[in-house]
Amino acid sequence: MANNPDLEAVFERDEPAFVPYLAAGDPSYEASLEYVEALARGGADVIELGLPFSEPIAEGKTIQNAIVRALEGGMTPDRFFEFVEDLDVDVPLVCMTYYNLIYQYGEEDGPRPFVEKAAEVGLTGFVVPDLPAEEADPLREACDEFDLDLVFIVAPTTRGDRLDRMREQVSGYVYVQARLGTTGARDDVSDQTDESLARIDDWDVPKAVGFGIKEGDHAARIVRAGADGIIVGSALVDIVAEHHGSAGSQTESGNVAEGYENDDPVSEVADRLETKARELKAGALRGADQRTETVSGDDR
Amino acid sequence: MSDTGKFGEYGGQYVPEALMPAIEELTDAYERYVLDNEDGFMDEFRERLRDFGGRPTPLQHAEQLSARYDTEVYLKREDLVHGGAHKLNNALGQVLLAKYMGKERIIAETGAGQHGTATAMAAAHLDMPCEIYMGRTDINRQRPNVFRMRLNGAEVNPVTVGRGTLKEAISETMRDWATTVETTHYVIGSIVGPAPFPDMVREFQSVISEEAREQAQERIGRLPDSVVACAGGGSNTMGAFAQFVDDGDVDLLAVEAGGSSLTVDEAEGVAPNSATLSTGDEGVLHGARTKLLQDSDGQIMESHSVSAGLDYAGVGPELAHLVDEGRVTPANVDDAAALEAFHRLSQDEGIIPALETAHAFGFLHENPDAVGDVTVINVSGRGDKDLETVIEETDKRDLDVDVDMSVFDAAGGAM
Repeated sequence: MANNPDLEAVFERDEPAFVPYLAAGDPSYEASLEYVEALARGGADVIELGLPFSEPIAEGKTIQNAIVRALEGGMTPDRFFEFVEDLDVDVPLVCMTYYNLIYQYGEEDGPRPFVEKAAEVGLTGFVVPDLPAEEADPLREACDEFDLDLVFIVAPTTRGDRLDRMREQVSGYVYVQARLGTTGARDDVSDQTDESLARIDDWDVPKAVGFGIKEGDHAARIVRAGADGIIVGSALVDIVAEHHGSAGSQTESGNVAEGYENDDPVSEVADRLETKARELKAGALRGADQRTETVSGDDR
Repeated sequence: MSDTGKFGEYGGQYVPEALMPAIEELTDAYERYVLDNEDGFMDEFRERLRDFGGRPTPLQHAEQLSARYDTEVYLKREDLVHGGAHKLNNALGQVLLAKYMGKERIIAETGAGQHGTATAMAAAHLDMPCEIYMGRTDINRQRPNVFRMRLNGAEVNPVTVGRGTLKEAISETMRDWATTVETTHYVIGSIVGPAPFPDMVREFQSVISEEAREQAQERIGRLPDSVVACAGGGSNTMGAFAQFVDDGDVDLLAVEAGGSSLTVDEAEGVAPNSATLSTGDEGVLHGARTKLLQDSDGQIMESHSVSAGLDYAGVGPELAHLVDEGRVTPANVDDAAALEAFHRLSQDEGIIPALETAHAFGFLHENPDAVGDVTVINVSGRGDKDLETVIEETDKRDLDVDVDMSVFDAAGGAM
């Protein structure tokens, strides 16, 4: 985990970025390492790694359950940093977590010790869903000190002064929330995406769209609408959940170890994640091609 | 009063981006309607509190308790508010505000069910659709209130995540709000959550201390030496304290749930108490920086109290700040002492208190010298909702009380 490209290098490439999310440690440390590496093999350009918090108020059922499995699997902030060091991937890793874990880490109150440790293990930046721009100064300062990025989420409801405040603070990429609500895979793509993208059209930071993207066609549609990247979480977590049971059934997650010996479901899940990643990345690339065609068509 | 939504280091607005515009809209509405009485909002609120809510509530002299503890004990009878608890003051205020804001739907979370009941009643009274989120554990131990919410036309959505108590219900309500924020108002039930909720709820509840202060002047010609209130999230506490905060001679005592023990099982992530002010650390939960029951990593602990209404891992940021400032003194009473106090108040004064409230009387019993010559105790709610719990808990403990329900069991296990 030393020579990862930074986010700027990723988005400077002439193709849309595929940004998958998994909760680190879901359902176990070892299995999760394999799953995240499978996403990298499948074409991930950036990976958002969830550090599980006990009260994930911005997440829908799918990721909420993943977080419960990861916590039951023993994930903690210190284990998370080990996890990042143990990962064998060569893409930037962004930590997605809630502010209390960042605030509490280390001897002193405040975000600095967490950010220092994150920089040390090779993380590239943060997404913190419960930290609006108004409360972000201490984390922004720590990120500047250690040269890490701080990604903000633009919601369909974000307008006016709030957009300006966010624009001053954001770096790496801006996370465009495709629809109101919590995270979760959906069967269609919301028109709110186009409006949200239009509002920040003149920002000189890459725009990655997330919330509800489930299939290659969704990815294509989003990129065609002008996104520089797509963020996919729940559709991937669903694959993990299918094999490892849903949260709350502690016994099922306790049985994961047995499963390894029987039919190696971990490598099977990893294969499925890799395939899904390829589908989503291909969809994003297809969207970029379609966008080029449309533009050249308009020119004629 | 906070200008910035902060109480010292506490408070703030730590919520998902999708909710921020709603919070700005609410802040604006709170300032215009509540603080500036635009369109006569506060006049209508006061009128409805009086006619529908049954205010003012009495400040009653408690003769037997005064004799027992050799100090003059006055009871602020919030149990006589419509619905049986102080919760209506806030719920009515917020549902009315939602109406003024043009919102179409009300959601709320509830622990003991008192807030859910008050919100359901206020929503029915003001003709607004209403959905309540309630933890599965709490639904099981507060069934009468679940029925009351349904009677008033509210949907009750069980929350099964985690231990299924108030903490989980709040998270779930925030998720609903993030999806429906444009048409829906979330009636937070205590002085917790992102600004402006802690200020606003305190403002709606401060009618308790406003009345108590005037009534004390009238009845005894002076202010009490102390005000005692139980503290979970802290809405009845701040309601009872608010108008006394500037009266430096009045001691303000916040009594938390000591549960079964103040010791924490860090490995299990469980605090067998809800004594956040006494034992919690600073952190960020449910939209605010405040004192929390959390492990060394910052994961929120499961809390415990025999009283569902106090069973919460956080506490209002203003109360946390006043404790740090030394203005409010935190104390705690364990489950057994609260149960004994429940029986004692019922027998001494003919008032069956909520289990939450019983903690305040447990404190009086254990510390009669701490309250001065004249004390006001806030009877935050009545105890009908808790009877099943009290029967069960009393039977399984060796309590110093005269009521033994087990003698009736042979005759067919009545109740």
